Amino acid sequence: MNLWQQYIRPTTVAEAITALTSAPGPALPLAGGTDILLDLQQGRHSPVHTIVDLTEIPEMKSLELRDERLFIGAGVPLSRIARDPLVVTHARALVEACDLVGGPQVRNVATLGGNVAHALPAADGTIGLLCLDAEAEVTGLHGSRCVPLPELFVGPGKSALQSGEIIVGFYIQTYAQGGVPLTGTFLAAGNGDGRTYASCFKRIMRPQGVALPIINLAIWLERNGNTIKQIRIAVGPGGAVPFRARKAEAFLADRPYSDETFKTALEALVAEVKFRTSAMRATSEYRYHLVGTLLKDTLETAWERAG
Amino acid sequence: MENKISLTVNGQSHALTVTPTETLADALRVRLKLTGTKIGCEEAECGVCTVLVDGEPTLSCVYPAARADGKTILTIEGLAKSEDGKLVLHPLQEAFVQHGAVQCGFCIPGQIMTSYALLKRNPDPSSDELRHALKDTLCRCAGYPTIENAILDAAHALRTGEPVHPPHIPDSVNAKKLIGKSQIRPDAFEKVTGEAIYTDDLEFEGMLFASVCRAGVPHAILKNLDISKAQNLPGVIAVLTAEDILGEHTHGLVVFDWPVLVGTGERVRYVGDALALVAAETQEIAEQAVALIEPEFELQTVVKDAVQAYQPDAPRLHESGNLLKHIKVRKGDMEVGFAKADVILEHTFHTAMTDHAFLEPECSIAVPLEDGRMEVYVGSQIPYQDRTQVARALGWPEQRIRIIGQLMGGGFGGKEDVMGQIHSAMLANSTGRPVKLLFDRHESLVVHPKRHATQIKVKIGAMKDGRVVAAETELYGDTGAYASLGEKVMTRATTHSAGPYDVEHVRADCYAMYTNNPPAGAFRGFGVTQSAFAVESMMDKLAETLGLDPVELRRMNALRVGSITNTGQELRDSVGLVECIDKVEAEMRRLTEGPHLFTPRPVPGSEHLVRAWGIAAGYKNTGLGGGAPDKSGAELELYDNGTFEVRSSAAELGQGLVSVMQLMVAEEMAVPPGQVRVLVMDTDLTPNGGPTTASRQTYVTGNASRLAAVTLREAISRSMAEKYDIPPEEIRFENGSVRVNGTTLTYADVAREMKEMGQQPRALYEYEAPRTQPLGTGGDMHFAFSFAAQAAEVEVNTLTGEVRVLRVIAANDVGTAVNPLGLQGQVEGGVMMGLGNALTENFIVEDGYVITDRLARYRIPSIVHTPEIISIVVEHPTADGPHGAKGVGEICSIPTTPAITNAIYNAVGVRVDTLPVDQEKIAMELATR
Repeated sequence: MNLWQQYIRPTTVAEAITALTSAPGPALPLAGGTDILLDLQQGRHSPVHTIVDLTEIPEMKSLELRDERLFIGAGVPLSRIARDPLVVTHARALVEACDLVGGPQVRNVATLGGNVAHALPAADGTIGLLCLDAEAEVTGLHGSRCVPLPELFVGPGKSALQSGEIIVGFYIQTYAQGGVPLTGTFLAAGNGDGRTYASCFKRIMRPQGVALPIINLAIWLERNGNTIKQIRIAVGPGGAVPFRARKAEAFLADRPYSDETFKTALEALVAEVKFRTSAMRATSEYRYHLVGTLLKDTLETAWERAG
Repeated sequence: MENKISLTVNGQSHALTVTPTETLADALRVRLKLTGTKIGCEEAECGVCTVLVDGEPTLSCVYPAARADGKTILTIEGLAKSEDGKLVLHPLQEAFVQHGAVQCGFCIPGQIMTSYALLKRNPDPSSDELRHALKDTLCRCAGYPTIENAILDAAHALRTGEPVHPPHIPDSVNAKKLIGKSQIRPDAFEKVTGEAIYTDDLEFEGMLFASVCRAGVPHAILKNLDISKAQNLPGVIAVLTAEDILGEHTHGLVVFDWPVLVGTGERVRYVGDALALVAAETQEIAEQAVALIEPEFELQTVVKDAVQAYQPDAPRLHESGNLLKHIKVRKGDMEVGFAKADVILEHTFHTAMTDHAFLEPECSIAVPLEDGRMEVYVGSQIPYQDRTQVARALGWPEQRIRIIGQLMGGGFGGKEDVMGQIHSAMLANSTGRPVKLLFDRHESLVVHPKRHATQIKVKIGAMKDGRVVAAETELYGDTGAYASLGEKVMTRATTHSAGPYDVEHVRADCYAMYTNNPPAGAFRGFGVTQSAFAVESMMDKLAETLGLDPVELRRMNALRVGSITNTGQELRDSVGLVECIDKVEAEMRRLTEGPHLFTPRPVPGSEHLVRAWGIAAGYKNTGLGGGAPDKSGAELELYDNGTFEVRSSAAELGQGLVSVMQLMVAEEMAVPPGQVRVLVMDTDLTPNGGPTTASRQTYVTGNASRLAAVTLREAISRSMAEKYDIPPEEIRFENGSVRVNGTTLTYADVAREMKEMGQQPRALYEYEAPRTQPLGTGGDMHFAFSFAAQAAEVEVNTLTGEVRVLRVIAANDVGTAVNPLGLQGQVEGGVMMGLGNALTENFIVEDGYVITDRLARYRIPSIVHTPEIISIVVEHPTADGPHGAKGVGEICSIPTTPAITNAIYNAVGVRVDTLPVDQEKIAMELATR
């Protein structure tokens, strides 16, 4: 079937935007394409006229420290993110998330930009980024803007990207400058004043059916001695859009790390998260049952990493 | 708008013009003729199409060719080095060959390319790192442990420069000069270099591409079919409907109830029913044309399952009704049996429909010949049946059709029914041009027959000491829209439904029912997989109720020599069940601390993880049985250069029959295996070997090959005796030559001398297995049975319900292990298929519509699911088997599922009675305690 008529490969962001807005439409931006090409082939996405391949744009393939922030181009393959020393140091949750998407061959092609732009509430990469308080750099005909990640999603499978806009990359705050990585394997980063930072991503799967997580969860935290100074918790699929457990986060901030604290935080999370039943994957009851185990497990690991 | 790209492939630069939608896989396979890269799913799931793009493993079937501009590609063809005109294998290729990691071979290019990239990045990977890298590179023959060992061995070889070290697998206790000793399969070399040709790799001049219009509705009357738009599409050469069928309108393996094409006014019985066929200049045009065909349906009430189909008010799907067959087994007197029992238990079990998911989707190519005949190239488990069915549909005598079997990327029972063969032949006949009909994964999943979903009620009565005295079972089997082998499969499920036990009073009733689901037919285990799950679960329930050891309970009731089976057959030899049970128990004890094998063992430090063993036993007939004549023909020819060729149209689907045939001949003729070529699956050149089903080919075609060799040897003896004037018994066959009166003749000499005497050095042998009796008449229903016991150790996460299988001990009584290396692969694959049946596989159909119509939704086990598999070979030779051998293909898969589910019960006390295991159910049940 002729699912598209032309395939073009711009080498700059500007060229890509021009192509998307002026080539015969409909035009579709394509990063790794591991989801969208299958959607087209299997009839879940209507045929388009032009595919604009974003993988030859150097800016979108860059992965580097920019001032105090880590920049990850939207076109960087997940496998590269998962083994990049900078990401391992500053964004361990993202490493763990990216290393679980699809299989190894898919990760060599699939990108973080595609994972986020797909706007699924339990996309592993998205959940990982969400706990890291990432911002997306979005470029369109009218220039660039930085969007806090939560503002990028409007509904399941629907992003806030306008037609002709693309995600160029993501910015993640780092905390290690001036300090040193805490352990030999870069498990956590600290800034030398006793406060340490760490993150962790985990998920629970089932062995049958579509390889989407039943539930996934990512945590970033700042630890000071026995106190959780700050924490961010992302849970998928905790709602129509990728979910941040802000009430649980608020409760945990400045509290000691203890079983009692955990119990109350879990209650707060359960009260605000909205799990639904996914046919042939999990009932909402099962998800509510699992979330405590996953939260505890993820929190423990992040806490120990920050120790 | 086309794209011009330049790329380097295997060190050579190419400038190509590709279409916007072309994939890298197509560019490699079609434009560059590098067909070593295979296509398995086109949905980024199976890993078969993996090539390296700039060193990174990449799925070429979903990678736009346009994106390959400027890239460096490495394919399987680029690994071996040519030295002095000879290919020298890369250590990975060498290790895959030596370790026996190659079975059907279809996934091997993907396995090797993925592991090649791994070893480049990490020359000394741990097992975990290796499994992480190969997670989505699937192998349905599932020799994962061997694949892992081969890669680790290759890594060692690459690091040290040492040669690869083939594994040490013990010889058969009945070993001869060759039989019983590990041999490398004859097709292994071509399968690791990418030279091996499967049907889709073939191209013919002027070849057209076919696509089939499927009903897409599960139950309807076809009111009208408008093909005019499709006919008018440029590039379309033919559109055929039921009106164009020249011969019989139905096909089938036993019952001819499956429409070749559903005609106007006729009944659609499942979503995969074919309505029209298109042949066009390209695959894209053929698919576009199919999309333009407009059927009109009068929808009918859908029959969703076997129990509903049995109800009197269910819609009738066939003229004969919905009951394909009521199958009965009767032994003793149930009233007496249950009256005597101290304890009676009853439980109902459900098993899921499952799919073979062979990695090579169905493909057939029909080629019309100038002399009016037709060749059909296809990977089929029953070439002669294909010939019959294609000829019937064309209205031709069978001799006008020649089926030329190709290498098969797995079958497992799923390539017994005709799929595209008739359709491609009709289109080729109509257009006068070769026609290729290739299923994509979606079509394969929707159309071909599945494993029967069953409901099995087991009522079992036993004495306090554990002696089982009565077993009553009631089975409903969902055979779907058409019979396929449904009656045979469900008969096997029924006769085996009381387990491999000697029970005095047995009654079994099975209702094999038509429904509007995809047809169900043969699938490794052939019904016994389902009934073994039910009865082996019941045996554990019984052991618990009586406070007995589950091993002891099975041993006490096990079939032995002298036992009478449920169908009234006395077992006279080759019943190694007790030894299988004993050996599995001993191995469990060796691996387990403490006296109790089946008690839960929490993992220290992670108390929510609980481990336990579970055990199950099983048996499975070898051969068709039930009174069906079970024959195979083999022909053996000695060539002028002293080499042999053995021929039979038995099918090689990856299981290693070609090794068996080669070894049988080489042993008799006393030559190295390499001196014997094997030709299979060509209806013009090879005698009928019968269907490759029921674990029968080692036995029947093994015997046919062996006896063809004996016959040729006798002919040689007679000729040489005459020529040299000595008694024939003084002629010796040894060390690759024939010794006559102190003189050594090479086989080339023998061939020449026989021809000079006007004799052909050739023998044909038609072997007929011992006669069997139909069910219900007593006597020998089967000529041999294989037996097995397995133990599985699982780890259950009590918080999440997740289940991992850690170890499987599999003891199989195979009579004689003809090729221990090949046997190892069969056992690993059988265990993994049983593990998939327990944990990952669930073919879901809702109201007749297939939900799991993509590989992404139908998950088969990968290397990350693979436990340690300990294979124990038990050898109780059967009198008439070749060197005592009997079937192995199915038995090694049968006990795995109940061993796993029994282990889950032993770990956490949750009884799984519906397959596959649902971790949510386990977690929620544990949470309510």
